[in-house]
Amino acid sequence: MSDAAVHDDHHDHKPTGIGRWLFSTNHKDIGTMYLIFALTMFFVGGAMAMVIRAELFQPGLQFVNPQFFNSMTTVHALVMIFGALMPAGVGLANWMIPLMIGAPDMAMPRMNNMSFWLLPFSFTLLLSTFFMEGGAPAGGWTMYPPLVFQLGDGFPFLIFAVHLLGISSIMGAINIIATVFNMRAPGMTFMRLPLFVWTWIITAFLLIAAMPVLAGGVTMLLTDKFFGTAFFDAAGGGDPLLFQHVFWFFGHPEVYILVLPSFGIISQIIPTFARKPLFGYSSMVYATASIAFLSFFVWAHHMFAVGMPLAGELFFMYATMMIAVPTGVKIFNWTATMWKGSMTFETPMLFAIGVLFMFSIGGFSGVMMGITPVDFQYHDTYFIVAHFHYVIVPGIIFGIIGGIYYWLPKWTGHMYDETLGKWHFWLSTISVNVLFFPMHFIGLAGMPRRIPDYSTQFADWNAIISIGGIVFGLSQLIMVWVVIKCIRGGEKATDEVWEGAHGLEFTLPSPPPFHSFTTPPEVTEASAHS
Amino acid sequence: MSVDKLKRTVLGLIAVSLFLVSGAVLAEYPLNLTEGVTETSHRVYELHMIILYVVTVIGIVVFSVMTWSIFHHRKSKGAVAAQFHHSTTAEIIWTVIPILILIGMAIPATQVLIFMEKTGDAEMTLKVTGHQWKWQYDYLDEDITIVSALHADDRAAAQIDSGINPESIDNYLNNVDNPIVLPIDTKIRILTTASDVIHSWWVPDLGWKRDAIPGFINDNWTNIKKVGTYRGKCTELCGKDHGFMPIVVHAVTKEDYAVWIEEKKAEKAEAALGKDMTMAELMEKGATVYAANCAACHMAQGEGAAGLFPALAGSPIATGPAGDHISKVLDGKNLMPAFKGQLNDVDLAAVITYERNSWGNDAGDMVQPSDVKAAR
Amino acid sequence: MSDSSDTYFIPEPSRWPIVGTLALFLTFIGGGMMLNGSGFGTFILGMGIAAVIYMFSGWFSDVIRESMAGNYSKQVDISFRWGMSWFIFSEVMFFAAFFGALFYIRVLSVPWLGGEGAGFATHMFLWPDFKAVWPLLTTPDMALAGVESQYTAIKDVIPAFDVPLVNTILLLSSGVTITLAHHALRKDHRAPLCWWLAATVLLGIVFVYFQIGEYAHAYHELDLTMKSGVYGSTFFMLTGFHGFHVTMGATMIFIILIRSMKGHFSSKDHFAFEGVAWYWHFVDVVWLGLYIFVYWI
Ligand code: HEA
Ligand code: HEA
Ligand code: HEC
Ligand code: CUA
Ligand SMILES: [Cu+2]
Repeated sequence: MSDAAVHDDHHDHKPTGIGRWLFSTNHKDIGTMYLIFALTMFFVGGAMAMVIRAELFQPGLQFVNPQFFNSMTTVHALVMIFGALMPAGVGLANWMIPLMIGAPDMAMPRMNNMSFWLLPFSFTLLLSTFFMEGGAPAGGWTMYPPLVFQLGDGFPFLIFAVHLLGISSIMGAINIIATVFNMRAPGMTFMRLPLFVWTWIITAFLLIAAMPVLAGGVTMLLTDKFFGTAFFDAAGGGDPLLFQHVFWFFGHPEVYILVLPSFGIISQIIPTFARKPLFGYSSMVYATASIAFLSFFVWAHHMFAVGMPLAGELFFMYATMMIAVPTGVKIFNWTATMWKGSMTFETPMLFAIGVLFMFSIGGFSGVMMGITPVDFQYHDTYFIVAHFHYVIVPGIIFGIIGGIYYWLPKWTGHMYDETLGKWHFWLSTISVNVLFFPMHFIGLAGMPRRIPDYSTQFADWNAIISIGGIVFGLSQLIMVWVVIKCIRGGEKATDEVWEGAHGLEFTLPSPPPFHSFTTPPEVTEASAHS
Repeated sequence: MSVDKLKRTVLGLIAVSLFLVSGAVLAEYPLNLTEGVTETSHRVYELHMIILYVVTVIGIVVFSVMTWSIFHHRKSKGAVAAQFHHSTTAEIIWTVIPILILIGMAIPATQVLIFMEKTGDAEMTLKVTGHQWKWQYDYLDEDITIVSALHADDRAAAQIDSGINPESIDNYLNNVDNPIVLPIDTKIRILTTASDVIHSWWVPDLGWKRDAIPGFINDNWTNIKKVGTYRGKCTELCGKDHGFMPIVVHAVTKEDYAVWIEEKKAEKAEAALGKDMTMAELMEKGATVYAANCAACHMAQGEGAAGLFPALAGSPIATGPAGDHISKVLDGKNLMPAFKGQLNDVDLAAVITYERNSWGNDAGDMVQPSDVKAAR
Repeated sequence: MSDSSDTYFIPEPSRWPIVGTLALFLTFIGGGMMLNGSGFGTFILGMGIAAVIYMFSGWFSDVIRESMAGNYSKQVDISFRWGMSWFIFSEVMFFAAFFGALFYIRVLSVPWLGGEGAGFATHMFLWPDFKAVWPLLTTPDMALAGVESQYTAIKDVIPAFDVPLVNTILLLSSGVTITLAHHALRKDHRAPLCWWLAATVLLGIVFVYFQIGEYAHAYHELDLTMKSGVYGSTFFMLTGFHGFHVTMGATMIFIILIRSMKGHFSSKDHFAFEGVAWYWHFVDVVWLGLYIFVYWI
């Protein structure tokens, strides 16, 4: 990174060497580490997805045995969710929130460091299970008992990895809440916060409420296996479904933990490139809060097929359908922001538009699955796989990628290569649809998920899907190249970076000084919302 | 060629080829949910089509508006940004309309759900038990048990480097050794449960799936309207061979069903006699029983899977005293299921004899059905 | 770094977080190996726990030093308050998982197994002789095998109005004593502060002592163990995690006591004290929940 932007030398002495990273108390350095870690994990998880797609390219077993295939599915999901998406979100939060609210750093910089460093160690535990007797977890990322108990020596390490992840997320979330509540610059009232900050506060609340429940759930798994408790064993008076309830009480809010930061990012990007203020700021805030609130009452829509009493099924169906309303409000607000704007299509904007369209597709299939009687048919087929990859890959990954392009010039001080960025977008968009759209068809036609081999009528679609997957995976290498190129040099970025960009982060030089706002800026109504 | 032109050419090519490929596939394969053969499945199918149309229409409207604002308000077309950022009327409209649409979908959904939950007044009961990795069916009114596992041909093909082309097998992975037979026009109560881990019983043509949970029983029902063969799968991840525990239901007329029941009863009576068998008979029968019930874990050549399932070739149990061997198979241990409820004396005697005298094991002794009976 | 309390205090790079991370890593590796039956694992686990303690003492001495040096402005103090409150909230949610499990088991799964509502077929075909009662001592598999628990007077298993009541009184009084300590601190009365703190620690210790006695009674005389079905599971997990929290809380109060004796706190500036007090009250409230739902109802 360049040193050009030093204004206050006294505050800008950077620690050097490996210690700068190991002992860091700097939100930017920690943010950078989070992002690099997330990208690495994205490739690890992606490589596992490639194994899945290679095996499913044709019917019959070609490369891996079924047990290993199940490990691939399971660990792919765990790595992607906990290793790629969540850390990417926290990394962006680390980098941007202090800049956006005019704070010198995060509220608790040392704890911030620990939140990060727990992650690589946690994944070391998780991935080391591949080399243990009995292999890596293969019971699905949902870890349902009693199947999960059949895991060999890896079992306690799976549980402990989840514990470490939980500790990390909770500490990160506490830090974000303390930062936003306590470190806003004078005049930066709550209703002036950039939406990215808002979505992150709400995400942080979700994290603090949901992660401990998961920790409790996996603790019960551990004691059931090693200490003879009977939480999930009918013979002792327990119920395997209890775990599913606990898991999804965490698991459903978790999907909003993943998606809300992405919503926040595109709420920053769209007004910039539409050159128009965000439409319906306050309704965006309320909608986000309602989504988060509702997300605690819909968990059993993942369990429609377990045989719940009718009243439960109806309740969870209605609650699930309701989530479409606030989400719709957000989609419509974004559309209204573009309406009568003055639109340009730089890479971040392209990715944001991609989110609008393709997240909605995933949302629509979500609503279909929320309808209990038909979910009996959809459940555990590729229709579900299609749904969640639509909301996750073009819905979240695209948002995060958009954010990376959007803020990369701010971070590095250089403009990235726009042509390559556009290539990245178009290749990704086309291939992601080739990859995930046909999954709807094979799902409806009856292909179950989590199987290493399938009946021959699904062969052609699966081949197409796998091709889409490879192209999509390779396209992501473009991004890596763009980022590296941009770090190394390129056209100088201005402070504002983008023509229509607003917000405190764009009042700082690009790249910003090592310590962000050592003297807090004044924020006024005009500077906040224009 | 300019970059732009190159881009367009490539995009065009991709789009066209996609269209062609999908056109070809569309013509050949089902893309949608099956309509099925029960009233439930018809209602579910209709509901599915309704919501599919609804969300498609919403999608078209929303995407059109988006597309229009994107293209119409381009800066390159000289669009100048308006600065409005709020409209309560608009907000109310786009909150209320989706609510109304959702209510519209919730009403038929509730009706179908209530219909599906009416489990009463069934004419017969079938208890379905999931095991790793086969289904056991108890015809409770007839006292008949059928254990149904992936067909040996399919299993042979579904191995790495099997050299067998899956296309050469009809209904690849959807064939079982012992299909079940059910009467049509009969309200059948189907109870699902499991012995080891959670499984899920799904025949798409019946219009529902339901988890089979160890220690609990779920109540379901069906009433098949059409003679035919309906195939399904286990749809809850249940370990290594989750992808390999299909379901095959032959739906027949009530008369044919009665005939089939009689056949099964006769077979059962035969097995209960506990007649001694010859080594050849035992070995032959044992091989099939082994392939269907044991090979999933202990592998085709008894080699086991390191760390998970012990090898039987050379195993001290399979070469030691027969009594230990019998009790191990009858009662199971840890991950090894107890087979006393699933296999009859003849099958057990055969498979144990087979294990003791295959893959280099040379116990040389025979285990007779009577031995098994005595050990129970 | 500046020591003025106008700018927000950003600590210098610190080695404690990474030490803490490594310590936890070691603990969990050791724990995992131990559970998998390796004796060496126990050794690593011990080292890990020692490292965790080392990290805590190192980290907190840094914090104490900074605090004593006056580095922490009002704003930093508020950050700590937010941090502590939400940490406690996360603990509440952790307990919520176990309370949720208890409610689910009592209200749904045990009655289902006993044949109520949706459990009709379950009861008839799988657990015909099982009776749904709470506390559950004769588990479904025992009922199936025809074994009865030897303790028929089920309501007397762990009578609510015996040791648990004493423990309730102990904990509630400890809530009072810590509040009295706080009042003393606010008036800068150091001697009563220390005495009340010491009383709180003592009450905590006596509580844990009784709890251990109760466990021993359950294991040896009642045959109520972690392995004796869901009643034992929920009972020991809930009270066990609570007891662990009491122990942690008492340890923290003990440290606060030592710091008070050293004169670390002033009537205005004593967040460490308050944070620990909040934690203690939280442990208290959890106990009330336990008392009502585990012992009483
Ligand atoms: C970020 C991730 C994410 C997000 C945002 C969502 C969003 C939603 N999800 Fe999804 N979901 C997952 C990730 C996600 N999901 C995952 C990972 C699984 C599988 C887990 C597993 O089993 O492994 C899953 C599974 C899953 C199931 C279980 C299916 C099954 O296993 O049988 C259901 C069922 O109801 C469901 C529903 C929904 C709904 C209703 C939404 C809603 O929030 C969507 C709302 C959005 C819209 C509706 C679009 C925009 C709205 C409009 C344009 C307004 C107008 C629209 C209408 C009136 C319809 N999801
Ligand atoms: C959370 C995020 C997330 C993300 C980003 C993805 C991304 C992808 N997923 Fe994932 N997936 C899940 C979450 C996610 N998935 C979950 C929760 C499940 C359910 C698990 C379960 O059932 O328990 C699942 C399951 C799942 C399945 C179903 C498996 C089964 O049911 O058996 C499939 C099958 O195609 C799949 C495919 C893909 C593909 C092709 C991508 C692609 O987007 C990936 C893109 C690829 C790359 C980014 C790799 C790029 C790198 C290279 C090409 C170079 C290769 C190598 C090296 C550098 C070493 N996923
Ligand atoms: C679900 C997987 C599974 C299936 C199916 C299975 N087994 Fe096993 N089997 C095991 C496992 C696991 C063990 C080891 C049990 C233990 O000791 O913990 C085992 C052990 C055994 C042993 C003892 C071997 C030894 O050396 O300890 C014998 C004999 C045996 N099985 C026979 C059979 C027969 C006969 C069948 C079929 C009728 C069968 N098994 C089906 C999993 C299975
Ligand atoms: Cu049985 Cu999946
Ligand atoms: Cu959900």
